[in-house]
Amino acid sequence: MRLGFSPEEEAFRAQAAAWLAAELDGPFADVRHITSLTASPRRRRDWEKRLGEAGWSCVGWPRAYGGRDATLAEQVIFAEEYARAGAPPRLNHIGIELAGPTILAFGTEEQKARFLPAIARGEKIWCQGYSEPGAGSDLANIRTRAWRDGDDWVIEGQKIWTSLAQFSDWIFVIARTGEGSNGPKGLSFLLIPVDQRGVTVRPIHQITGEAEFNETFFDGARTDAANILGAPGDGWKVAMGLLGFERGVSTLAQQMNFRNELDAVIAAARANGEAKNPLIRQRLAKAEIGLKIMRYGALRMLTDAESGRLNPAALTYKIQWASWRRDLGELAMDVLGVAGETVAGHDYAFPMLPNLFLYSRADTIYGGTNEIQRNIIAERALGLPREPRGDLK
Amino acid sequence: MDFAFTDEQAMIAETAHAFFAENATSPRTRTAMAATGKDAGIDRALWTAFCTELGLSGVGIPEAMGGAGLGMVERAILAEEGGRHTAALPFLASLGLAAPAILAGGSAEQRSRLLPGLASGERIASFAVASADGAAGAALGDGTLTGTALHVPHGAVADLFVVVATNGVAIVERGAPGLAVTPLTSMDQTRPYARLDFDSVAAEALADPRAATNAAFVTGWLAIAADALGGAQACLDRTVAYAQERVQFGRAIGSFQAYKHRLADMMVEIEQARSAVYWAACAIDEGSDEAMFAVHAAKAFACDTYSHCAGEMIQLHGGIGFTWEHDAHLFFKRARSNASLLGAPDWHREQVAGLAGLDRAA
Ligand SMILES: Cc1cc2nc3c(=O)[nH]c(=O)nc-3n(C[C@H](O)[C@H](O)[C@H](O)COP(=O)(O)OP(=O)(O)OC[C@H]3O[C@@H](n4cnc5c(N)ncnc54)[C@H](O)[C@@H]3O)c2cc1C
Repeated sequence: MRLGFSPEEEAFRAQAAAWLAAELDGPFADVRHITSLTASPRRRRDWEKRLGEAGWSCVGWPRAYGGRDATLAEQVIFAEEYARAGAPPRLNHIGIELAGPTILAFGTEEQKARFLPAIARGEKIWCQGYSEPGAGSDLANIRTRAWRDGDDWVIEGQKIWTSLAQFSDWIFVIARTGEGSNGPKGLSFLLIPVDQRGVTVRPIHQITGEAEFNETFFDGARTDAANILGAPGDGWKVAMGLLGFERGVSTLAQQMNFRNELDAVIAAARANGEAKNPLIRQRLAKAEIGLKIMRYGALRMLTDAESGRLNPAALTYKIQWASWRRDLGELAMDVLGVAGETVAGHDYAFPMLPNLFLYSRADTIYGGTNEIQRNIIAERALGLPREPRGDLK
Repeated sequence: MDFAFTDEQAMIAETAHAFFAENATSPRTRTAMAATGKDAGIDRALWTAFCTELGLSGVGIPEAMGGAGLGMVERAILAEEGGRHTAALPFLASLGLAAPAILAGGSAEQRSRLLPGLASGERIASFAVASADGAAGAALGDGTLTGTALHVPHGAVADLFVVVATNGVAIVERGAPGLAVTPLTSMDQTRPYARLDFDSVAAEALADPRAATNAAFVTGWLAIAADALGGAQACLDRTVAYAQERVQFGRAIGSFQAYKHRLADMMVEIEQARSAVYWAACAIDEGSDEAMFAVHAAKAFACDTYSHCAGEMIQLHGGIGFTWEHDAHLFFKRARSNASLLGAPDWHREQVAGLAGLDRAA
């Protein structure tokens, strides 16, 4: 058991940090410290391209597809340095962390060659079309249908809560292709261009005032017959593989931003004297401890993953960070007091900490709610009896 | 970055796991709990077997002094496995507190004279913080000590004591004239306390008192945190087993979501406690800058986790969980003892706050 990084890994860290500092002090100074997911999309697209050009976009991917073949340790290091440098949220985080790894795992050679380099170069932005009005936690209950028409799939239906669809070039969906099927059977995983007549994207405003997510309508939308991941009917298997990415490694990068958020809460508490309040200090210490524990928890799971072991502890990770961040949002508001409840100007757009308070209420919902995560832990890790279902035999 | 057990560490864990599962059984623990006097709260046969047969005796004591010469990670592994069974052993007192104090603060002569007996289990030591009755600390003066130490873990079975006084740290032999050892009826009978009264009792000063106390505290905190981790895991494992066999309303109670979600929450906390304990152990072994932060974090987090899990264990067992016959109370009481001993979770969080500079001026 060893905590530190090797000298080679530390050299990699220095290299990454130097590159990030040069860009973010220089041509990309304007995107530094952006924390909103929807701010300055055009400049953040430029930033994605710059990362791609320099080979820093998808560091863990194979070189052949635009990556850097980085080890897990190097991926951790890059994520840490990225956050430390105050680089903006990745506009294409769904492409990089969800679509890419899924295509890598389930795609054909042609699909990999076509889609992956375009993501790594920052040319194509992706979004995720899973949820529907009637299918959230019960994801297998989707109604969106697709059928073959000559060389195309034709898609009909509606998705909801589609994050960043308004900026996206491609969407991946699960659609029902097995006629009369229900539940996880008869689903297919399709890759669909967003910019076409059959697709309509309508932003939905969120409690923060921003519109990160959207309704996405498919009305005779089309995609090439080749744009299916896995065979027809394999959609559930592919989709679940993807949720593995969403709940596992991809959260690591995001966790490194938590450091910046906690630092901002501490800075606020020092500035207004609340850090001397013993009750607040206890909670700040709790947050510090929780953050460190998440870091070492993540390293523990990644070490296991690297050696091919599957540690059921990984199933606890989503609840860990989502609950930690929700608590941090509340702590931030308790530190700020009533000052946190107003914002200058007429835009309903709060600064980082009050916004964190609002936004963190989504963390315990998306990617599987805390309740669903508890079911998963209880059933898969602890072996308890499955939830009874009302609608499936 | 290689944050997983090495093959050797995994083997130690397996060996210790099997050893405690086979030997630290509930009936044996209960016999030790019921014993009084020189056997209060100790399964002597188990301690002898642990020290002589397992090959892991004196985990942190160098091989030259009869120990196993292992690090904090291995120590945590052993404490965790002992904690899983609330084993009635003076592991914390003798190897977690007293031995590290002697190793870090004793002269070469003191170490080679005192440590082999602790490693072999022939002698048991404990660790005490003494004060003059009620007021300022007890002081060492020309080789004698006067004062009182309350709440000395496994004090009634110890053969010697490492005693922290205001102006030094000293070794006191149990048989020394002027020393009165009073066993206390303790809530956790698997780690009972004793009171020590010193009346001009012969006391041999340790060479480096500061190093001795630091080592005792750091190792003790880690050993308690690891004990708490093992205990919490046992609470979860046993409750999961019960959830599958107990039927109410025609279903296994573990199929009710209100029930299984609470087990899931226990697991979420336990996995975090595990990260904290092994992070701290590694950080100490590697002499990392984070070591103090980590060990305070681990003591606070793991003790809170254990208290929560042990409480849940009782609740989720219903009436049977509240009986003397069921083992749930052993865990519940050990969890409380772990939280109280050597600084409660809030105190440890205050240390973290200090180390992180949280209330430094803006
Ligand atoms: C900010 C944000 C971004 C999102 N981005 C995307 C995206 O890009 N693409 C996408 O496809 N989706 C996205 N989602 C959707 C998200 O995955 C779903 O909201 C989530 O899975 C919950 O589904 P639901 O909203 O239908 O809630 P429901 O499933 O209706 O749940 C309502 C409540 O019931 C509880 N509940 C439901 N089933 C159970 C059960 N079996 N046991 C116990 N409790 C239960 C839930 O925990 C919740 O508390 C996003 C959501 C948010 C908030």
